[in-house]
Amino acid sequence: MLKQLLSVLALVASSAALAAGGPAVHLDKAPIDLHDKESLQRGAKMFQNYCLGCHQMEYQRYSRTFRDLGIPDEVGMQELAFTANKVGDYIKNAAPKADLAKWFGAPPPDLTNVARVRGPDWLYTYLRSFYADPTRPFGVNNDVFPLVGMPHVLQELQGVPYKKHETRLVDGVSQEVYVGIVTDGSGELSTEEYDRAVADLVNYLEYTGEPSKLESHSLGIKVMIFLLIFFVLAFLLKKEYWKDVH
Amino acid sequence: MFKNFMNWIEYRMPFMEKMNLHVMQYPAPKNFNFWYFFGSLAMLVLVNQILTGIWLTMNFEPSAERAFASVEYIMRDVDYGWLLRYMHSTGASAFFVVVYLHMLRGMMYGSYQKPRELLWIFGMLIFLVLMAEAFMGYLLPWGQMSFWGAQVIISIFGVIPGIGDDLTLWIRGDYVISGATLNRFFALHVIALPLVLVILVFLHIIALHEVGSNNPDGIDVKRPNDGTKIDNNVSDKFTFHEYFTKGGKKIIVDAIPFHPYYTVKDIVGVVGFLLVFCAVIFFAPEGGGFFLEPPNFEPANPMKTPDHIAPVWYFTPFYAILRAVPDQLFGAIFMFLAIIFLALLPWLDRCPVRSVRYRSTFHKWNLVNFCVSFVVLGVLGVLPATPTYTLIAQIASFTYFAFFGLLWLYSKNEKTKPLPVRLS
Repeated sequence: MLKQLLSVLALVASSAALAAGGPAVHLDKAPIDLHDKESLQRGAKMFQNYCLGCHQMEYQRYSRTFRDLGIPDEVGMQELAFTANKVGDYIKNAAPKADLAKWFGAPPPDLTNVARVRGPDWLYTYLRSFYADPTRPFGVNNDVFPLVGMPHVLQELQGVPYKKHETRLVDGVSQEVYVGIVTDGSGELSTEEYDRAVADLVNYLEYTGEPSKLESHSLGIKVMIFLLIFFVLAFLLKKEYWKDVH
Repeated sequence: MFKNFMNWIEYRMPFMEKMNLHVMQYPAPKNFNFWYFFGSLAMLVLVNQILTGIWLTMNFEPSAERAFASVEYIMRDVDYGWLLRYMHSTGASAFFVVVYLHMLRGMMYGSYQKPRELLWIFGMLIFLVLMAEAFMGYLLPWGQMSFWGAQVIISIFGVIPGIGDDLTLWIRGDYVISGATLNRFFALHVIALPLVLVILVFLHIIALHEVGSNNPDGIDVKRPNDGTKIDNNVSDKFTFHEYFTKGGKKIIVDAIPFHPYYTVKDIVGVVGFLLVFCAVIFFAPEGGGFFLEPPNFEPANPMKTPDHIAPVWYFTPFYAILRAVPDQLFGAIFMFLAIIFLALLPWLDRCPVRSVRYRSTFHKWNLVNFCVSFVVLGVLGVLPATPTYTLIAQIASFTYFAFFGLLWLYSKNEKTKPLPVRLS
């Protein structure tokens, strides 16, 4: 009986692990570090230049970004914000929302929390998985998000990406095998530089998803140390009192 | 000075008298083990939920337009708002962890048996109200999972023949889940249900102290006093309230005053619990996507159904039973029966021996069967319903209910071990 129970448990546990594996597409690990202020600053700049035209951060204020990223308000307002913005404003654009939805088939989602919805690895892989596909309205498709409505806005950085196939021997038969996405070299950045730039952007999105994360970790360590000391004292107190009982 | 003040109070209200009765001179069996921490921990989490809830309410705006944004405001613009919110969201999950373990303790040591049936019933009512409280609270952040999870659970009431549609309309206050639903859930979540919860907890404790705490051996610590001296009785060292000794008619054996012995012990439990609780709050507040689900960081969108809707983990065992039954109405009936049967345990279990320590091997395995079924159902409730999973869910639902049926059958003439005379 125990064996049967255990085998059922094992079956359920293994299928749970399978289901938790998520999408069939392999996701690259995003090389991000919330402590890297320069990376976050570059990411913020990229967001302002390439994303903010259509997407917004409805819940994140400029002042919060400046404070957490170590950017002086005046510098930030000059370099990053629109001239009409005040430092306490949310990071929003003036794009016509109804038109955006019409142009792209769906309203561009708010990006404040996108890293918490999708996860940084998904974003990092997604932004590096566009490829030329003439059948699509904007000429690009995406491996991670098939039939995506978003154009490849980073194309000027990456160059035109296309899917590379090679003729390889598979089980003794020569076949066309999809080996990955490569670019035509027309972009401003090399592949390594592009990956780095995307990582910076994802790092920034990871930050805006949870601006309190670093504060949470540093406070958390203090709380855990306090609790560990408290635990020892509480245990000794209990032992002392319980001498009466034992 | 202080003594005069206390006398002044005591003359007008029996404060010390009640403190003695329920705390300082309350006899608690001396052999409480690990499983006995969860009652006090449930109280701790309740206080945590109430306090953090009050502060969250100060900045939360219960409207369809502002709810999601106000939660983000709390997370970003309110000082330590993120901490309050994570304490509250983690607290909700912690509440169920603690309550499930507390219930399992009751099942292991037969704490529901006579004379503690009413105590158990109050506990089950607390569990029901807690589920309603958690369900309504989960709608408030107005994320995608809030919206669609509520949609699924409210629609369960729609399967009731005749009144189903009207009933769901009455619950929602609208033809779809809307700001009206959010508003009433907010009112119930912050005022009505917490009030009921606190009253029920009060009654739970009053009922507990009337019949006294059970213990891992399941034997009584209050016995009729026939004048014989009991050797090595630790209780002789202490004074207990005469309410429990009934003026010498009863003798207390192997029990100790709740305070200071169990207060200092519970502090150890509290700090141990906080170590885990705070680790989640500060380092993994999403709880691996189970405490705060990723789709819930997206505002509710009635036009866009998420790929996979699952209720929060603490509802999934019951949700899996609902889905396992091919017919919707019977699925809902079985889901409610899964809880009703738990409430009926004092009458389904006809064995005179309480603790699993002295019961038959078959009972031990049946209890294991219950735990495994419950966990398997819980895991399946999170997963999408594929044919294989549905089959496993059907088997696990069967074994879940079989626990109660078998218990009723074998418990009357169960082959039990001899009970000890004294607590071990």
